[in-house]
Amino acid sequence: MPLVCLRQPLKRLAGDRSEHAVEGATVVELLQELERAQPATGGWILDERGHIRRHINVFVNGERGGEDTAVAGEDRVDVLPAISGGA
Amino acid sequence: MRELLVGTKKGLFVLEGEPGAPFDITARAFAGEPVEYAMRDPRTHRVLASVTSAFYGPKLFYADDPSGEWEQAEGIALPDDGKQALERIWTIVAGEADGTLYAGGDPGVLFESRDGGASWQLNSGLWEHPTRPSWNAGGGGLCLHSIVPWPGDPARLAVAISAAGVWLTDDGGKTWSRGNQGLVPRYLPDDAPPEEEIALCVHRIHRAPGRPERMFLQFHGGVYRSDDAGATWTDIGAGLPSDFGFPLAIDPADPDCAYVIPLTADMDRVTPGARVRVYETRDAGASWTPRGDGLPSENAYLTVLREAFDWTGEGEALELYFGATSGDVFGSADAGASWSVPATRLPPVLSVAAGRGP
Repeated sequence: MPLVCLRQPLKRLAGDRSEHAVEGATVVELLQELERAQPATGGWILDERGHIRRHINVFVNGERGGEDTAVAGEDRVDVLPAISGGA
Repeated sequence: MRELLVGTKKGLFVLEGEPGAPFDITARAFAGEPVEYAMRDPRTHRVLASVTSAFYGPKLFYADDPSGEWEQAEGIALPDDGKQALERIWTIVAGEADGTLYAGGDPGVLFESRDGGASWQLNSGLWEHPTRPSWNAGGGGLCLHSIVPWPGDPARLAVAISAAGVWLTDDGGKTWSRGNQGLVPRYLPDDAPPEEEIALCVHRIHRAPGRPERMFLQFHGGVYRSDDAGATWTDIGAGLPSDFGFPLAIDPADPDCAYVIPLTADMDRVTPGARVRVYETRDAGASWTPRGDGLPSENAYLTVLREAFDWTGEGEALELYFGATSGDVFGSADAGASWSVPATRLPPVLSVAAGRGP
């Protein structure tokens, strides 16, 4: 089962656990399943349209991924705030 | 003791002190995150704060003690229909009914809470208004920034949206009508289509509580007064160094009183003449008097945002407070006659809410 890996503050919202094994065939399906399993994360990663928020990046096994990136087996999905510009 | 809740680009600052003296920073919350607005509900003493994380989106939190634990409010989101996402909560206002609060945000949305801010519901009358597809966003987004209850009547409410104008309800928010007659958008050509189809960039509205049909409005070029609860508006900007600006304040004891802080122009949004002046009217806008004793009088190019001007008390005991994007906070304990600096060198100030604390 793929593993979604979170850092703070998402980790705290997800029961103070950083690693969550969830079902899904794509990145966005994993994140939707994560919201169902950990309701306090609802709205923090995905917006009301079901899209990953603009300044959040996901990496699948270390490579930049997107909502539709396929996942399976022991894939690892890191959810990280982007290095966005501005002060 | 006075309490200022100062929302900044880098967190919420709670300032406490005596009028006329520097204030202490007694708490900082949401470090590093933009806090658009924070207020303390005078009925429950609960503090509510709007936080717009660049990463995790807009959220609303509440706490009894701002230096303690904060809870995330439920229901601050748009319908899960895949069409739009909430961008920001601009303001939070206590309603007239017990436990009722309102929050306004982008894209032109109004939320209502009936449990003191723990849970919220989207106002469907405004969200589903048939004219919504024609609404235009201003430079800051399609922001619902002003919410003005009617003292003693929970059914009556006015809101203002940049740039969709003033909206009025007298049935508790079930239906809404426009309140824009008389507003002149000088930033549009003379032959622009009628008001239902054009962008009316209202920057701020307030109501005189002692005469609720009296309202004041800062427009995107123009200061206006209404004597019929917002149905029609009269330009009262003559006599100001500029009629462009964002914030607005009133004296609850005097329905003829309003305060504005002009900026030079829409293309140069700093205090005019390189000095900071608050302008006061005590005759419903017939004349304006500059109030600047104690405010920077030279080399001062400040920007004061719409939520960054507030008051507490009334009459001779009226206290005024405003913050600038320079990080300075100014205060007056004598209705604007003289000013001091409660705080300086804060992050850019987005909002100021003044009160008497818990």
